Amino acid sequence: MTRQESSDSAYEGLANTPERTTRTPTFAPGTFRPSPGRANPLRMLLTQTRAESLLTLRHPEQALLTLLIPLVLLIGMSTLDIGLVEQPRVDSVTPRILALAVMSTGFTGQAIALGFDRRYGVIKRLSATALPRWVLIAGRVLAALLVVALQTVVLGGTALVLGWHPSGAGVATAVPVLILGTLVFGAGGVLVGGALRAETVLAVANTVWFALLLAGGLAIPARHLPGFMSSLAEYLPSGALAEALGACLADGTAPTAGSLLVLLCWGAVAGALAVRTTRLS
Amino acid sequence: MNPDVDSAAVRARGLTKRFGGNTAVSEIDLHLARGEMLALLGPNGAGKTTTVEICEGFLRPDAGQVRVLGLDPVDQSARLRPRIGVMPQGGGAYPGVRTEEMLRLVAACCAEPLDPSWLLDILGLDGVRTTPYKRLSGGQQQRLSLACALVGRPELVFLDEPTAGMDAHARNLVWELMSALRADGVGVLLTTHLMDEAETLSDRVMIIDHGRVLARGTPEELTSGDEEHRELHFRSRPGLDLEPLLTALPEGCSALEVRPGQYLVRGHIDPQTVSTVTAWCARHGAMADELRIGRRSLEDVFLELTGRELRA
Repeated sequence: MTRQESSDSAYEGLANTPERTTRTPTFAPGTFRPSPGRANPLRMLLTQTRAESLLTLRHPEQALLTLLIPLVLLIGMSTLDIGLVEQPRVDSVTPRILALAVMSTGFTGQAIALGFDRRYGVIKRLSATALPRWVLIAGRVLAALLVVALQTVVLGGTALVLGWHPSGAGVATAVPVLILGTLVFGAGGVLVGGALRAETVLAVANTVWFALLLAGGLAIPARHLPGFMSSLAEYLPSGALAEALGACLADGTAPTAGSLLVLLCWGAVAGALAVRTTRLS
Repeated sequence: MNPDVDSAAVRARGLTKRFGGNTAVSEIDLHLARGEMLALLGPNGAGKTTTVEICEGFLRPDAGQVRVLGLDPVDQSARLRPRIGVMPQGGGAYPGVRTEEMLRLVAACCAEPLDPSWLLDILGLDGVRTTPYKRLSGGQQQRLSLACALVGRPELVFLDEPTAGMDAHARNLVWELMSALRADGVGVLLTTHLMDEAETLSDRVMIIDHGRVLARGTPEELTSGDEEHRELHFRSRPGLDLEPLLTALPEGCSALEVRPGQYLVRGHIDPQTVSTVTAWCARHGAMADELRIGRRSLEDVFLELTGRELRA
């Protein structure tokens, strides 16, 4: 066996996919003549947002977290006679499930994605291109907002089928509250996903998600939680978002200043910390 | 103003970087002209990646100054990044992204990108266009990373161990690509611990170890030896007595056992010298195995400078 043959077969064995192996191209002079430059920033933002959204939607665990679990909980809690839920059940449940959806995408989904993106070196890779830093961040934010919009449509549509009657004016006020919630939880997601090792991020992001679902005013309304947990939940971002969305959608009133303030504080603290702790790799 | 400043692709002086108590690079000077290829050669942990990351603007040096294409790589990174191509060590992509998607994403940042489809084809990635990044082999990830570095038609590329994890065939392909880049006037700053990569491709080589520059020059300069400075290498039994050999050799020749059983004679090497050496071996009843006369290889230079193997 010649040396050439042996290196060829090693090359084939490298990957289990068919691959061109033998051709060694010669390059015409001028093929790599320098002509650098930056593309249109808006076009970059569009491309980046599309890529980030597609990657999230295509990821099976992300789909489970952001769509399937909230959908199952929405249907289950609205139709089964379980837990302390006010009547009509679907009107009480839907705002809290929307808050859960926001937390899943903004916090847990973002943290895990960022943790593994850092592990695989993509943040550094993209930082090394002509992509401006603001486009990289804005692309992620817009992608998260797009996913939340999709969740809202799917979950809201399902709730309507289940007999949900949201307040008409409340729907309009709920939109900025959903956006605020996504940004606040997103800041928390970046804080966790941007500083820790990927495995640690996975553990922390899922544990926090589960804890807030059970005891943070999502599965059970904050005011029905036992003892001090009830008042604690009001100061958690999950409880505050659920309360704000409940005010808009169930009661048709403006969200209380208290709930918005709680959200803003969490967002400001997480954002300020994340700016200091987030690392590229 | 020094006219050289404008023509330099990379100019660095006194670069020093510490991580905690560990000094990763110390007082490194570096000069790369436009369209030139410079190899940083050294073992793992020598400070090559730190040096390159300072030039790319990912790290700010604790001391020293660096200008890349006349710009400060940290403070003016927004102006610099579109003009350079970066291949980080170990690649970089979204774990779930498909090969072609990733390259198109990077191409979308560039004003006049090369055709991504063509790049994938010449880099032998045609068959894995829709394979997720995390399922690519190490060598395939490296080639995608190289494609990402080149797609924007940069003036200058930083390639950090570009052929690591590649088999011989892929390595030859990448070497041909790097030669084409240089021929088209693209500056290349390359790190490697492969001797032939540095020796055959580069205009100039810097040997680095423990964060310091040990030697620099063209491969010829580093390995040069005129008639008076050739080397005779051979292997034999360890611990032979060198005294009689030194006495028998002509004036100006030196002989030493560089490693146990590995002997080196330097100086005026002619047929008479060779005869003296073999006669000395014969008196000890020892063979002179792998007897070789020639210029020093970069490996020899490195071993001599650092006392350790490059591929360790």
